[in-house]
Amino acid sequence: MSDPERPSAVRLWFSPRRLRAEGRTPDYRFSLANERTFLAWVRTALALVGGGIAADQFLDEMARPIRTTIAAVLLVGGAVCAVRAVNHWIRCERAMRRGEDLPESRFPGLLAVGTAVAAVALIVAVVVGTRR
Amino acid sequence: MSDPRDPAAQPERTRFAWRRTTLAFAVVVVLEIRRVVVEGGSVGGYAGLSLALCTWLVFLAAGQRRIDQLAAAAPAAMAPGLALGAGLCVVASAMSAGALLL
Repeated sequence: MSDPERPSAVRLWFSPRRLRAEGRTPDYRFSLANERTFLAWVRTALALVGGGIAADQFLDEMARPIRTTIAAVLLVGGAVCAVRAVNHWIRCERAMRRGEDLPESRFPGLLAVGTAVAAVALIVAVVVGTRR
Repeated sequence: MSDPRDPAAQPERTRFAWRRTTLAFAVVVVLEIRRVVVEGGSVGGYAGLSLALCTWLVFLAAGQRRIDQLAAAAPAAMAPGLALGAGLCVVASAMSAGALLL
């Protein structure tokens, strides 16, 4: 099913030449804006990683298995967010080079819902779990 | 003649974005140091902390390299390898934090 005209974005991760072969170089300011968006996603990923470490250290009245699970979920979320940041950056860069619309993504919505659900679950766990 | 300085200060804003991302990364490393200092480090803990420190240094170097490139009048887009390297540093920091949980 792979279309030679549309190589998967993952292949572009490793090849600046392949990225440069796509379309034409956009105004550098657009590329820099894309780069800052990438860095904002990297900070989001770092916030999840930091939250995981903090949960493990500061929820010390909570049973250890629950605390470790919360921390692990946040750490995995941070890693996924970082990988997705790279992929989304390269897809946006390619779309701009080709003069196409920027790629749509479900990820921000999913992350928002996931964060809200996790926050509510954590509030319940802190209120119920620390009273024992 | 074109103005060598971009009126929207795009390179400067991008430079600051790298700086504050590196700072956010430093907070993660500090949290890991706190954990090892306060709760005592296992072998996994020290291994995780060393990994976190190394990846932060790699990230700092990547950011510095990019900031040097941004000094050009019309800087080229970031190389895919740099983005991938920066992303992998964050993945490695998550793994190092995972080692601290053990």
